[in-house]
Amino acid sequence: MRLSDLPKGASAVVERVEDVQANDPIAQRLRDLGFVEGERVRLVASGPIGADPLLIQIGYTRFALRRSEAARVTVREVA
Amino acid sequence: MSTGSLRIALVGNPNCGKTALFNQLTGGRQKVANYAGVTVERKEGRFTAPSGRVLQILDLPGTYSFDATSPDEQITRDVLEGNYPGEAAPDLIVCVADATNLRLHLRFVLEVKRLGRPVVLALNMMDTARRRGIEIDIPQLQQRLGLPVVETVAVKRGGARALIERVDGEVPVAAPAMPDDAVSRAGLHAQVRALLDATVRMPRATAALDDALDRWALHPVFGLMILAVVMFLVFQAVYSFGKPMSDLIGDGFDWIGAHLAIWLPQGPLQGLLKDGICTGLGTVLGFLPEILVLFFFILTLEESGYLPRAAFLLDRMMLSVGLTGRSFIPLLSSFACAIPGIMGTRSIQDPRDRLTTILVAPLMTCSARLPVYALLIGAFIPMHRVWGIFNLQGLVLFALYVAGILGAMLVGWVIKHLRHDRSEHALLMELPSYRVPQPRDVAIGLWERGAIFLKRLTGVILALTVLMWFISTFPSPPAGATGPAIDYSIAGYLGRGLQYVFAPLGFNWQISLSLIPAFAARETAVAALATVYAVGGDATTNGLAHALTSNFSLASALSLLVWFAFAPQCMSTLAVIRRETNSWRNVAISFSYMFAVAYSASFITYQLARWFL
Repeated sequence: MRLSDLPKGASAVVERVEDVQANDPIAQRLRDLGFVEGERVRLVASGPIGADPLLIQIGYTRFALRRSEAARVTVREVA
Repeated sequence: MSTGSLRIALVGNPNCGKTALFNQLTGGRQKVANYAGVTVERKEGRFTAPSGRVLQILDLPGTYSFDATSPDEQITRDVLEGNYPGEAAPDLIVCVADATNLRLHLRFVLEVKRLGRPVVLALNMMDTARRRGIEIDIPQLQQRLGLPVVETVAVKRGGARALIERVDGEVPVAAPAMPDDAVSRAGLHAQVRALLDATVRMPRATAALDDALDRWALHPVFGLMILAVVMFLVFQAVYSFGKPMSDLIGDGFDWIGAHLAIWLPQGPLQGLLKDGICTGLGTVLGFLPEILVLFFFILTLEESGYLPRAAFLLDRMMLSVGLTGRSFIPLLSSFACAIPGIMGTRSIQDPRDRLTTILVAPLMTCSARLPVYALLIGAFIPMHRVWGIFNLQGLVLFALYVAGILGAMLVGWVIKHLRHDRSEHALLMELPSYRVPQPRDVAIGLWERGAIFLKRLTGVILALTVLMWFISTFPSPPAGATGPAIDYSIAGYLGRGLQYVFAPLGFNWQISLSLIPAFAARETAVAALATVYAVGGDATTNGLAHALTSNFSLASALSLLVWFAFAPQCMSTLAVIRRETNSWRNVAISFSYMFAVAYSASFITYQLARWFL
């Protein structure tokens, strides 16, 4: 599933980040920020309008990602 | 050990506490400038180590990695490698990492290490790490990284002692430089994971405090309510703490002016000092408290970690008008003054979002417009109660603020639709942990903002005030002239010339004239009107409001208020836009769209007001 489809409060493990275009700078940045295979992520909160952006916790860090950005990350939900 | 000076570069991820560490090391002895041609800030400071050696410290911009294309990251890399023209390679790199966030920060440490230069790793926020139960095996980490590792607590007195001792000692041997390519970069995360497994024990993945606070601060309903209350309290504080101090400064200068009038003989010198410099300086210096109070809150909220939360809450809304959540902080600063606001847009990575924010920032009602508003509202708008609880004067002021914000939304929306580039804009924003703001960091930030304002004051504004006085005093009226002296001055002729342009907006020649210095700095419009009417003999010190009501209509006053809500920003703002965007084209766009908007809005206001009032 995609990170953008994760229910609130749920945890998942990152599988990969997909480029939506050649040399996708946003995908590259996501990888630099630690969205790489095997990392645990959790959806902490979402914005007030259209549940956008999403607040994702990875390790000790919290990142605000827009839905379109989070959709680049494929994850596997874990308990 | 050498006794010459040692150049040290501080690098690290954003939010690693690098700036607090820099402040701790150098105190107020900092020099802030820009790298030539770009908008990346160059901060340098120095201190003398216990050995007597002088250490020069360069604070480089916060960076997540070297492979991204932002100018910050490029410059950081060039400076570290000694490839930046005019900047000698540092003798030692101090890489700062947040000990509570090593998963993210160690990756950058590894990137820095691969440059093949001498590096010391400062594990910052060690106190918080211990409190959260994070155990770091420092000797083991040091051995595996092959770098000297020291602990720091940037926010605590003496918290940099271990770092100072280390950098004052022998410069460590550099690791061999490594090739930098995509394949080896992809391996960095695996290395970080291996390092963490071997050296760090973490109890839980999150801080309970952040969780608890974010549950409220980011709640879809309560979060927005909290934000509204915080903003309301900030603006309330600006008026209740800032205003009395401002009035005190104004009164002080009036007092000085009155005494100068007693000591000095009648004549041009007395006129210059009293009507020109004292009145002008008093009005303009008067904003300093309001600006400082607003910045005090902005800095405190930013340091505490709350402002990025506000940006999170507002992102979607701002996106719909062509901005980004990241625009929130610069736009909030613009309520004090557009100059620091525009400089604050550096934190917006997307160049398109950044340009839009720069273009709309001057529409936020800056504190320089307040004296103009206060004067006109006080003179023309009656103190009616509306619906029993509101005051009509307050409502008009509020409406002017709202007009600026709505104008900014409209302009953002138009820019968004005019732009052909439809590719995605990134948010990707880190929300740092909440922390208690440190008085020293807030104080240094306030000092920098205050200094920018005062520098502007002493240069442009003072010169203009004097010039205004000069052109409204000379040439003196010919012998036997009957009209007021100012009608014969240069100002009189200039004002009457400009009146042709501004008559459709209901401006008389005095107002038209005051728009010239207002373009240099808006607040001087009041001083200019005061000077013009004082020299013209129409006003005493406190009678300016009276002089205005007897000289022009309510329709003209409303039109002038609207003009100031949208009018082309002051010269210094244009200069900052030029510096920040490196383009005269953007300056021209900014000036002309604001002139067009202000002219049409004022025209409509004047014609409607004449019709209905």
